[in-house]
Amino acid sequence: MKLSRQLVKNVIEGAIFASPMPLSVDDIAVLFADDEKLSRKELQILIKELQTEYALRALELVEVASGFRFQVRAQFSPWISKMWPDKPARLSRALLETVAIIAYRQPVTRAEIEAIRGVVVSTQIIKALFDRDWIVVVGHREVPGRPALLATTRLFLDAFSLSSLSELPPLAAVRDLETISREIENIAVEQQKT
Amino acid sequence: MSVAVITEQVLPIDAVNDETYARVYGEILTKIPEDLYIPPDALAVFLEAFEGPLDLLLYLIRKQNLDILDIPVAEITRQYIAYIELMQVLNIDLAAEYLLMAALLAEIKSRLLLPKPVAANDEEEDPRAELIRRLQEYERFKKAADDIAELPQEGRDVFEAHAEAPVRDLLPTQPFTGDVALLLDAMRDVMKRTVLQQSHVVGHEGLSLQQRFQEIIERLSFGETVVFYELFPAHEGRLGVVVTFIAILELLKQKLIELVQNGFLEPIYVRQYDEAAA
Repeated sequence: MKLSRQLVKNVIEGAIFASPMPLSVDDIAVLFADDEKLSRKELQILIKELQTEYALRALELVEVASGFRFQVRAQFSPWISKMWPDKPARLSRALLETVAIIAYRQPVTRAEIEAIRGVVVSTQIIKALFDRDWIVVVGHREVPGRPALLATTRLFLDAFSLSSLSELPPLAAVRDLETISREIENIAVEQQKT
Repeated sequence: MSVAVITEQVLPIDAVNDETYARVYGEILTKIPEDLYIPPDALAVFLEAFEGPLDLLLYLIRKQNLDILDIPVAEITRQYIAYIELMQVLNIDLAAEYLLMAALLAEIKSRLLLPKPVAANDEEEDPRAELIRRLQEYERFKKAADDIAELPQEGRDVFEAHAEAPVRDLLPTQPFTGDVALLLDAMRDVMKRTVLQQSHVVGHEGLSLQQRFQEIIERLSFGETVVFYELFPAHEGRLGVVVTFIAILELLKQKLIELVQNGFLEPIYVRQYDEAAA
């Protein structure tokens, strides 16, 4: 039995709303019987349509790492956030720097994070990241001490409305050492001239 | 180093123009109040805000609009040491890394002062190169951390939206189709059970049919569905079964309750009569 486009769209909409977690296309596909035949492609098109239908609403249908979810658009947070008297805990710079290094450099050991930040990474911060389920141990580096290799999770991406690591803001370009040394030399030469 | 620069950032004072020195909570001041109180912790808060020696160094370099590539090592080292001395005076727990960095800066400066061997190996790096590399690397991630903080954050900027899932109707919806004989069978089953559960309560309790109506209606009043057998209180014995059964029949007749069943020999359920569904 072929279901009408509108019915399928309504089912998708209802399912995403009713699910406590974001739903992937595969999660949605299993809701339909075999004879209701819906390809991933068809589902994706219908999800796109739903997304445009929400253009004028306070809600948006977004794709994050774990799948699709409805959320209240960021522009309404000045009002919506007042429903909770306690502001969400601000993320400290130390925590953000640590998770940034893990996100861009994963998998990475604690020592490598410390080398970049120039300070000891406090256990509290690592614990806070584990508590939020933003990072996991994905293995151990085969060097003495077998340090844990840390990587970010889908929940980390979800928390920042990202659907994949490639959506992270691009890391600033690095001027490699060769260029740096040359530039330093040039500067030195110029200084000597003056 | 300039204390003024630091306090400005900490106190709620906006510089306005030359004549008015500042505006504090809307009030215009033309000179610094003599009793101006600078909280002793203000500096400490500012200094504690550094995420480590690299962060402090970057701050010193940026404050003077200098490029990382062109650090005047002597000057920066002097400022750096001034800061960490201040931190020590203020009893800020100084991580060992800060002191290590001070030593590194001094080492770089001394290596820069040494005369370069004339024809010597081109291999030898500028002593600043390693520090520059680390500063640059740190700055990239510092920027990345800022960028991530700007992203829409769940619970701060965006809020996940959910709706209640429809009530899962796992119970059968088909009306009971058997004839009275089947219902009598069901009653017989209940009867058998009462034999097994002989009550030892002596004495006689009158059972009111009217009261049983009420009880059944109340049990089902919130849309609850009850298994047929459960309506029969075991301790009431045969009389109770009879009264309850009559009550059920009467309520069925009055269309106040209905019986549903999933299929032959499946349990029979009792629920409020649903006019809409009928």
